[in-house]
This record gives sequence, C-alpha cells and structure tokens, in this order.
Amino acid sequence: MLSIHNLQANVADKPILKGLSLTINAGEIHAIMGPNGAGKSTLGYTLAGRPGYDVTGGDVTFDGQDLLALDPHERAAAGLFLGFQYPVEIPGISNLQFLRESLNAQRKIRGEDPLSGADFLKIARAQADAMGMDMDMLKRPVNVGFSGGEKKRNEMVQMGILNPKLALLDETDSGLDIDALRVVGEGINRIMRKADKAVLLITHYQRLLDYVQPDFVHVLAEGKIVRSGGPELALELEREGYRELAA
Amino acid sequence: MTALPTRRDEAWRYADLEAVARAWPLPAPELISVTSGESFTRTILQDTGRIQQIDLHLAAHAKAALHVLNIGGDYGRIELNVTLDEGADFTLGAAQIGGATQTLEVITTVTHMGPDATSRQIVRSVLAAQATGTYLGKVAVARGAQHTDSEQSVKAILLDRTATANAKPELEIYADDVKCAHGCAIGELDAMAMFYLQSRGLTPAEAKTLLLQAFISEVFEGAADQDKLQALALARLEALT
Repeated sequence: MLSIHNLQANVADKPILKGLSLTINAGEIHAIMGPNGAGKSTLGYTLAGRPGYDVTGGDVTFDGQDLLALDPHERAAAGLFLGFQYPVEIPGISNLQFLRESLNAQRKIRGEDPLSGADFLKIARAQADAMGMDMDMLKRPVNVGFSGGEKKRNEMVQMGILNPKLALLDETDSGLDIDALRVVGEGINRIMRKADKAVLLITHYQRLLDYVQPDFVHVLAEGKIVRSGGPELALELEREGYRELAA
Repeated sequence: MTALPTRRDEAWRYADLEAVARAWPLPAPELISVTSGESFTRTILQDTGRIQQIDLHLAAHAKAALHVLNIGGDYGRIELNVTLDEGADFTLGAAQIGGATQTLEVITTVTHMGPDATSRQIVRSVLAAQATGTYLGKVAVARGAQHTDSEQSVKAILLDRTATANAKPELEIYADDVKCAHGCAIGELDAMAMFYLQSRGLTPAEAKTLLLQAFISEVFEGAADQDKLQALALARLEALT
C-alpha cells in the first residue's frame, strides 16, 4: 500500500530525513519509535505534504500513485489520513461543518456524489458514539476549548468519518490518561484493523501498543530506520532505552 | 464639513480622495434617534460604492445594533457618529471584504454622554490584492459618564502582501471609573490551520474560504438577516480566493 524508498527531507534547509525506507502492506499495523528529534513527526508531515517539509530525494508510492506529486488535499482524497500530535483549534467553524465539507471535498475528487446532510449526520453520530463523544461537542468549533484528550478523541472521530485507507498517527497517545488511551486504542482497532487498511503509529512509548498490537516495529534514529522487528522490539526498547538499540 | 477634506484631516487620511471629490458635497448625515427604552436595529449593505453617514442618538436605556457588510465599489465608507445617554447600549458588527484596488472604511465616533452606557464594536476586514481597509474608531467618555463599558475588537487578515489594513482604536476619557477595552490585530491566514484543513481533503481555496468565513462570522451574530449577510459575505470571499 505504501512504499517509501530512500526518502530524504529538509525542514528550513536542515536535513531531517536521511534515506528512510519502509514498506507497509494492506492489513498491517506498523509502529515507528525513536528518541526526540529522530524525525518521527517530520515523516508524518512529509508524507501528508505539509508546506515547508521539502523532499530532497527518494520516492514514495501510495496505492500505485506517486504520493509526493499530490497536493495535501489530493493525498487525503487518495485515502491518507494524518492524525495530528497537536490538533489545530479553529474558532468559528463547527466540527460538523468542517467534517462534512471535508468528506464531500474528498468525494468530489474521487468522482463520488456528495453526501446529504442527513446521511452525513448518521455517519457522524455513529462515529461520535463509538468514541464516547457527545454530539454537542461536534457542534462546537473545531477543537476550541477541548482538553488534550478530547482533541485526540476528536481526531479519531474524524478518522472514522473520513474512513481512510492508511492512517499516520503522530503521537496520538500523548496527553491521554489511561481511560482515554484505551478508548483511542480501541478506536484505532475498530476503524483501521481491516484487511484493506493499514496504520503507521508514531509513538514514544510502548503503552499505546498494549492496545493496538503492531505487526512490525521500527526504530527511527537520525532520520533513518536503524532497526526493525516484531512487537517484541517495542518491549525491548522500553526495557533498554533507545540509546543501546540505535548504537 | 463644507470644504473638501484633505489627507491632513485625520478622519479622511486613508480615504480615496478622488472618489470623495466626485461625491462632494455630501448630503447631510441621516439622523436616527432612538427614544428612551426603545430598540433599533439596522443592516447596512454597502455593495455599490458610496459614502454613508449616520448620526445616531440613543436616549436613556435605548438600544441599537448595527450590522455592516462593506464590500462594493471602488470606495465604500460607512461613518457613524453615535451618542449614548445614561444606560444606553450600542453594538456594531462590521465586516469589510475588499480586493483589486478597493478602499473600504468604517469610521466611528461613539460618545458616552451619560453613565452606565455600554458600547461594543467588532470589525473584521479581509483584504486582497491592492485593497485598503480602514477602521478609525474613537470612543469618547464625557465627564461624569461613570461606569462606561466599551469594547473595540478590530482584526484584519491580509491575503496578499500588497493589501493594506489601517486600524486605529482611540480613546478619549474624562471619567475615572470606566472600562474601555480595545484590541487590534492584523495578520495573515494561519498556515497550520490551512494545512490541517487541507489534510482533511479541502482544496486550498476551500480551506481559505472556510477560515475567512469563520474569521468574520461573529460580526453578524444577532442580526435579523444573519443568514443572508453570511451568504453575501461568503460569495464575496469566494470571489476573492
């Protein structure tokens, strides 16, 4: 589904990703772990096409398409979803309006008919219920006044509504208490653990992986993947720390 | 004022003086008096290019709410001269959306004559290309107008580096127990918010329009024809982006 080959990227002219290669097949859940400054968030932003994250080498194929040739909204319509580490607050736009317009914008690019208000509300309500989020919160402005945990929960509601093929989840576990971590973990499994979907979890800690069992774990250090393994690698990291493994 | 204004006249400093000269001499301002305890609302849609001057007097405990959408013509100027007696309440919500070489202005003088009056002004401008948007707002508090509560919130977004926003909230206070808040911000669209919206599937133009719509939305709160104003503003924003 996603094939990253020798990806190099700069942020403000500083090389951050230095030849990263990774292949993710449909049905797989991958976790990328690594110390601060390794380039984990840069990988997520680069794949999603954030301005200022300049690809200087390598290539990325997503579902047979050249991902790097697409604009951010085209990547979304192609089925890519980035869960933000710090979801953005947008005063004056309700979650519902934002998500309905987003979903219909994606459908338009894919040549599908727009969803009616009633059909959209049905989907939104089901996803909000599944994440234990009140519909009233979906009527409020996007992320404004939400706690850290509510923002992450809202990311999962968005993911459920937009129903992507591939989710890149950037520290979706940060800022969550134990209960919220479980709810978010279950949300990832419910929405994304399917034969035709895949997930890349970007995380510092093992704890999210207790709820979302990865098939593969990778260690990112200094802009490259320095080790890959199965779920046992995450436990080893937790025990030994990054320094030992990256060395 | 009988003589044609020049740039030295503070209230006309940023005006399109050629357009002013064409319209000169101006007719007398429209006079509106709201009697004691009554309420008044008015929506002003400036979509053709004109200078509109209103003198508004609010008697004791009267209320007035004006909603302004200033979008049309080469030069659009809405000038309000408001006086408030004891306990009166004045609200202004104004949006200006300009492109090309338009000059759009909201000029206000709000004088708190008596005590316990409140005034609240919210002005939002969205400016593209070589457009100029100006808000000059003076709040005057007369001697003895204690417990005045006034607020001016002025923000502008420039869509191009060639556009201009002028914002001057001004206070002249002769009472010692008053609350006069004013805030002013001029900036560009938030790049992170733009990326967030695009990462969910909105095109750059759709994301821009949505953010700008949100930016001006609070201006029309409480207007009788809020939906119509929103729709007109949206159409103007879509034409700009």
